[in-house]
Amino acid sequence: MHVVEMRQITKQFGDVIANDRVEFQLKRGEIHALLGENGAGKTTLMRILFGLYREDSGEVIVDDQPVRIGSPKDAIALGIGMVTQHFALVPPFSVAENVIMGYRDSLSMDMKAIEAEVASSAKKFTIEIDPSAIVRHLSVGQKQRVEILKALFREARVLILDEPTAVLVPQEVDALFDILRNLREQGISVIFISHKLNEVMAISDRVTVLRDGRAISTIDTSSTTPSELAKMMVGRETFGVTRQGEAVADQPILQVERLCADDGRGLQALKDISFVVNSGEILGIAGVGGNGQKELAETLCGTRQPTSGGILVRDKQMSGASPSEMTAAGLGRVPEDRHAGMVGELTVADNMVMEHLSRFTKRGMLDRKAIKNYTDQLIEQFQIKAKPSDRARTLSGGNMQKLLLARVLANQPDVLIAPQPTRGLDVGATEYVHNQLLEQRQRGAAVLLISEDLDEILALSDRIAVVYEGEIVGVLPVHDADIERLGLMMSGVIKENKDAVPQI
Amino acid sequence: MVVAMFIATLTAATLRVATPILLAAIGETFSERAGVLNLGIEGIMFLGAFVGFYTADVSGSLWVGLLAAIMSGILLGLLMAFFTVTLGVNQHVSGLGITLLASGLALYAFRLNYGGSATPPSIPPFEQLTLLENIPVLGTILNQYMLTYIGFLLVVPISWWVMYRTSFGLKIRAVGENPEAADAAGINVFRIRYIAIAAGGGLMAMGGAFLSLSQLGAFTHGIIAGRGWVAIALVIFGNWNPSKVMLGSLIFGGTYALQLRLQAMGLQLPIPYETFLALPYIVTIIALVIAGRQASYPAALLKPYRRE
Repeated sequence: MHVVEMRQITKQFGDVIANDRVEFQLKRGEIHALLGENGAGKTTLMRILFGLYREDSGEVIVDDQPVRIGSPKDAIALGIGMVTQHFALVPPFSVAENVIMGYRDSLSMDMKAIEAEVASSAKKFTIEIDPSAIVRHLSVGQKQRVEILKALFREARVLILDEPTAVLVPQEVDALFDILRNLREQGISVIFISHKLNEVMAISDRVTVLRDGRAISTIDTSSTTPSELAKMMVGRETFGVTRQGEAVADQPILQVERLCADDGRGLQALKDISFVVNSGEILGIAGVGGNGQKELAETLCGTRQPTSGGILVRDKQMSGASPSEMTAAGLGRVPEDRHAGMVGELTVADNMVMEHLSRFTKRGMLDRKAIKNYTDQLIEQFQIKAKPSDRARTLSGGNMQKLLLARVLANQPDVLIAPQPTRGLDVGATEYVHNQLLEQRQRGAAVLLISEDLDEILALSDRIAVVYEGEIVGVLPVHDADIERLGLMMSGVIKENKDAVPQI
Repeated sequence: MVVAMFIATLTAATLRVATPILLAAIGETFSERAGVLNLGIEGIMFLGAFVGFYTADVSGSLWVGLLAAIMSGILLGLLMAFFTVTLGVNQHVSGLGITLLASGLALYAFRLNYGGSATPPSIPPFEQLTLLENIPVLGTILNQYMLTYIGFLLVVPISWWVMYRTSFGLKIRAVGENPEAADAAGINVFRIRYIAIAAGGGLMAMGGAFLSLSQLGAFTHGIIAGRGWVAIALVIFGNWNPSKVMLGSLIFGGTYALQLRLQAMGLQLPIPYETFLALPYIVTIIALVIAGRQASYPAALLKPYRRE
């Protein structure tokens, strides 16, 4: 018997079929992964189950009864809860207030009693949280726990988690998995939406793979392998890239000398950072998130002012230059946050030319024909699935990243800064980005890859620099780097050639 | 023929009533598209009306008066930009502050120069252009002030063109939607916002000066009478698009002109005449409720931009 059954679910947006006759069955007390690339239809299917979308056709069955779920309220009444990537919490409210909000609306509220009730509920589900804490002060992982608790407090028997690990650091992921395993023991069913194979393998009992809006297969996790799942997910077997040849590291293009910068709160985020990136090489900056990577990328791109130190592009001092001066000096960047890197309300074409408007302006007027031709050409060259007139926000994550890559690479920059270039991308799009970075290396550009994904760093970099608490704690050629050594450096246990300006 | 003449005079009045609100609303559109809500609009219009009147009175030239009014709007726009863009002060607070400041300034200067004279001072206002006067209906409609022609035939099309066909317009829209991305693309967010707000202020003051220089030839305390607030509603109604904002100003102007005529007919109705006076505002609210549902606010509206 199934807690939830979805039969022949079809949902169409315009002429895009997001779900095509999808079948999905959820057992009581299982962790069921919904695996697929971005845009495969995972979230759409779950939004239908949670009443956020209405299916065009098909049937939803809960406890063997056909149901109509017209709104999240209906879903909650049926015992279905959902935690999305964007939390629906009120920051100035306490945890307890957020948990009961909209669920209990008695006129007077005895906060002490409510907090006690929330605390006992948290204890029952082994969720560590202080009910009186103000949500604004919580970490992302703690906020997520509040969201989970909110759903469980509403007596959810089915808990949908939409890419819950995307926002978490590794330790928080482990803590989340402990909570999920405990929920399973209490008979609660968990639907775990993800495109990360290792997580799916680690946590789920069964997997349903979606591809292009269709359910490809549902299998027991124990009877499958990551490569089999990957094959089902992308519809082909090989993926991953290979770096060819040793770097011909001849010419230093980007030189960073004793660079210091503060973070948004005025605390020192970069401490005397020095490194060199040569033409035709990829320097990988490895490190646990929040150790100054964001500030480093912003300072190099000119959107953050350094407090001291030098940035030399082809021997020209660029420290403190504005973003447009950096671009003019031959520096290109792939923005860390795709959404912050483009203007969603403007068209693909507008976004494509935004960095060099003067080239497409004649006497103050936009040369729309030239813009369209230029965009058409880049769309073809970079295989972007979009029309020049589409609004940028309608693109999928992978296509947004292609747009941003096309925008910067079309200029053939001497230096490419790529902070977290594949974060949140699916396997296919990640491979695409990797190939583009390697192509730039082949062309002779100096590429700075900043990533929290060690596999990515190891696969692409010629040399690896490890950053810890705003300092470079060591630089290794890739053939000297092994995971264990990098891991120790990333956690600040060992520091190597701390004071030396790294040589080739 | 009676019906045709009624429609002709109604249309002519509609355009006249709509002009000041249209100019102000286009000014507000520029400001908001760049990400700054300018609640100083009412005060900027009021000061514009005064400066226009006073300068015209002193210099003897209506055009010099108009120019001075526009300059006063640009200056207040720059002040607004200094508060909201450079200092990052809350936009509601600084906008209302500017309205209070400008209104006080205008009243004070008016008292200073004209004292408490019993009969309000007046100047000969702009003449209406009489084009095709001999053609009955069309002649009546085209019987308009120069500023009305400038507003509808120049300001609206040029604004639309600037917004959607020039790189400057693209920059305005970019800084109002996503200043971080615009900055990273090498667009000077601060400068673009300053220019948009200042230009907007100039248009608002021009709208105010229309009332004192074209329609009345005088300056009174109630000369603006909330037209600035109506303009803000029309910007939302028009979805921040100059041509739709123009449509909104025509709907408001049309209802206003119609209610004037309904009052003048002296119908013996069991409802007080104030009901007619309220009609344009009620229609504005209804239109706003209908159109406001699809309103897509510039995403960075109200948010000061700071480089970290």
